[in-house]
Amino acid sequence: MSATVTAAAGAALGLVAAAAGVAGVLGVEWSLRVPWLVPPGGLELTLDPLGGFFLALVGTTAVPASIHAGGQRGERGGAAFLAFVAAMAAVPLAGNAITFLLAWELMSVASYVLVLGARDSRESLSAAWVYFVMTHAGLACLLAAMLLLGSWTDSLRFADWSAAPSALSPGAGTLAFVLLALGFGAKAGVIPLHVWLPMAHPAAPSHVSALMSGAMVKLGIYGLLRAGLDWLGPGPAWWGVAVMLAGTASALVGVLYALVDRDLKRVLAFSTIENVGIVLVAVGACMVFRASGLEALAVLSLAAGLYHALNHAAFKALLFLGAGAVVRAAGTRNLESMGGLVRRMPWTAAAFLTGSVAIAALPPLNGFVSEWLTFQALLQMLEIPRPELNLVFALGIAGLALTGGLAVACFVRAFGIVFLALPRSDQAAAAREAGIAPRAAMGLLAAACVALGLAPTLVLPALAGVASAVLGTPALDAPADWLTVTVSGRFGGLSTVAVAAALGGALLLPLAALALARAPGRRPGETWGCGRILQTARMEYTGTAFAHPFQRIFDFFYRPVKRLDIDVHAESRFFVRRLAYENRPRPIFEEWLYRPALEALHRAAHRARALQSGSANVYLLYIVAALLVMLVLA
Amino acid sequence: MIAEVAGALAQLVVVAGGAPLLVGVLRWLKARLVGRRGPRPWQPYADLAKLLRKEAVVSTTTSWIFRFTPYLLVATTLVAALVVPVLVSRPALGFAGNIILLMYLFMLGTFFLALAGLDAGSAFGGMGSSREVAVAALAEPTVVVAVLALALRAGTIDLGGVVERFAGDPLLVANPAHLLAFAAFFIVMMAETGRLPVDNPATHLELTMIHEAMVLEYSGRYLALVEWASAMKLFLFLTLLANLFFPWGVPAGPGPLALATAALAIAAKLAVLTAALALIETSVAKLRLFRVPELLAGSFALALLSVMSVFLLR
Repeated sequence: MSATVTAAAGAALGLVAAAAGVAGVLGVEWSLRVPWLVPPGGLELTLDPLGGFFLALVGTTAVPASIHAGGQRGERGGAAFLAFVAAMAAVPLAGNAITFLLAWELMSVASYVLVLGARDSRESLSAAWVYFVMTHAGLACLLAAMLLLGSWTDSLRFADWSAAPSALSPGAGTLAFVLLALGFGAKAGVIPLHVWLPMAHPAAPSHVSALMSGAMVKLGIYGLLRAGLDWLGPGPAWWGVAVMLAGTASALVGVLYALVDRDLKRVLAFSTIENVGIVLVAVGACMVFRASGLEALAVLSLAAGLYHALNHAAFKALLFLGAGAVVRAAGTRNLESMGGLVRRMPWTAAAFLTGSVAIAALPPLNGFVSEWLTFQALLQMLEIPRPELNLVFALGIAGLALTGGLAVACFVRAFGIVFLALPRSDQAAAAREAGIAPRAAMGLLAAACVALGLAPTLVLPALAGVASAVLGTPALDAPADWLTVTVSGRFGGLSTVAVAAALGGALLLPLAALALARAPGRRPGETWGCGRILQTARMEYTGTAFAHPFQRIFDFFYRPVKRLDIDVHAESRFFVRRLAYENRPRPIFEEWLYRPALEALHRAAHRARALQSGSANVYLLYIVAALLVMLVLA
Repeated sequence: MIAEVAGALAQLVVVAGGAPLLVGVLRWLKARLVGRRGPRPWQPYADLAKLLRKEAVVSTTTSWIFRFTPYLLVATTLVAALVVPVLVSRPALGFAGNIILLMYLFMLGTFFLALAGLDAGSAFGGMGSSREVAVAALAEPTVVVAVLALALRAGTIDLGGVVERFAGDPLLVANPAHLLAFAAFFIVMMAETGRLPVDNPATHLELTMIHEAMVLEYSGRYLALVEWASAMKLFLFLTLLANLFFPWGVPAGPGPLALATAALAIAAKLAVLTAALALIETSVAKLRLFRVPELLAGSFALALLSVMSVFLLR
């Protein structure tokens, strides 16, 4: 399939999904049942507000990703790409467990094929393998939970599950919630189930990474919302506390790793973990508020979380497409070999800067709006009359604030090291601007970031509608007039339009004043360097150096592995022949959690080998024993 | 309407025009405290005028970001000046956002200034940028938790609402939660505006500077804009400390008499805070860079204590 056909088909699919999704958000109900198609229960698709929101999110991310793909000559995997988009669109529409699991598995397998597509190195093979294993471990949890729910409620239809939660015993509900949270959490990249994410995202082509980060990871959140709010109904407060703490941990761990990584696409992948964490903090707050009977605040929190999910789809897709253009031009993903690209690739630089400002939650762009809303929801926790929950909220607020500050640092580094100063390699110095298609895709997404930032008065009421439909509460009364978003009466208000207009006016003011005062012109010169003769890229601050203060401050977390090899001449130790220095954070989750678990698994498998003697008689004995046990149990 | 516009203009004039004087008075006081005669308090105006008349030297390594940043920096502080309740409790842009907006507006300026520091490709600029964003990032949790302490007791996070609530009930001010939050916010102010013991605003010794390293490449009108914006940021942070925590003499609406008394009140409060800042700056030494996180962690602990005391005393 040629790239153009794939792009056109993907964009068309995305547009249809987006239109259907928006219709669902606005309250259009639709359903389709084909009972004979697959054995237990048949195929069932339904459109409701929550599903519609995520459908729209998938569709709007697929359009620019497809356009970007159209500009990539010689990229394979067109069919897998289309299957991936279609499966992602089917997941939020699924109306029963069979349809859901089929769509979910198709989505996982298609993305696995896409990650494997660029199999140019052992690294990407192993990334695809880790992804495959993690995603199926998650699937196993989902399958178990759904079969349990199916047997408890005698139905595989989601509509019956939503009606049944009160019939479940607390223990059963909790077991189902934990299993579902593990399965969906693995897809969303929640700490400590995130290990596949920073491996798979960089290995995939950039438009696929954009889709995976922008849309697929969000479907994990979709599942969590369905499970925690819809199927299992209002759960106890501790579910919300657990989600919130997991979110805070994900946000902090994600941004801390993003801050020190040297691979541009891994930086973005870790930042996805961070943003999923922020969404989960809002979702957890929603669950706690709901359990405490504060429905208006629950609606506000959920709307804030959904807003952040939407915003993240816009700016992370933008950043991944930008990173794709940069990686293509500079021939490397290593930050330390880039630099100076703002001159060679001005359009990509402008788009990447827009995405960076948005993701760093700076006003007046979209990331700020959703983070502001999350803060407004969390800050009202005094309404909950339980000090231990208040303390959890206070920690959530502090974690969110620290995350915000570190995200600013992270994206100053990402943009500054890649695009500013002198190029650090020959290929970066000879980089060429991306083609028309990638630029158009990035332009669309940058416009979306600006629009979502300036128009919260239009977006928030719709999202509050979705939230109140999920929670089964009346919608908020008038959260916004044409200019200002207002939350909880007079608790807080925000008008990004006014801020943007004021910033524009304030930008013109000094310009006009200087023009009137006829300030003298400027003269090109050299960067001040204390009398050194030549300025080269080797004198610049590197990404590693930029991250160094953070590495020292958060030493207890990074536990860096340091190595210094100095190779000296045989004649004199003052003449250094070669110097190798290594300083990288220790992957604590892999070393402390996954390696022991895998080793235990290996040991258990080793022991179990004793069962496999190779003698047919022993095997017959096993069968008889198993049969007897079954009979006794029955 | 006319009164509103006049109020907004008065506030802009007070912040934009008063900020250099505040810096001048602070420097003069510091000089006096260490036994020097010091430049006159209005010296910063002369410095700014001189810089505006000078030609700017711009490194050929830099991009448009370097030239754009000073304008954006001034713009963010001017917008912030219309959000902070300086003269009246509900200033012109007070409806547009609360203190979270304010903090992220300052962060927007820091973001671009840090990029500009990297843009020239010198190691000084990069070092300054990296350290500046580190300090700003670590200060953020304290700000938000200190604000939380205020919001919990005022029942709103709207700046005007906080001011009116505390002005209406003086007893609310004499409370441990209030004083703890004030102390936390004071430390954050010193970090955010680059004062001792976090950063030395008077140094040009290359290895100890943070903010000055970042703006090292700026000259002429660009430097004037950057310096002016820093002065306004200091002015606004001190005003926040004065009016959020001690909101006496802040009228609700504009009016010639109200504005005049408000200007006198804020001048008096700023004088006290400036004197305190000068006293602190002359009596402590600069902390090593990697001790700064401890200071900020301390301020965070104060803010958290303040929040917890609200829960315990309710």
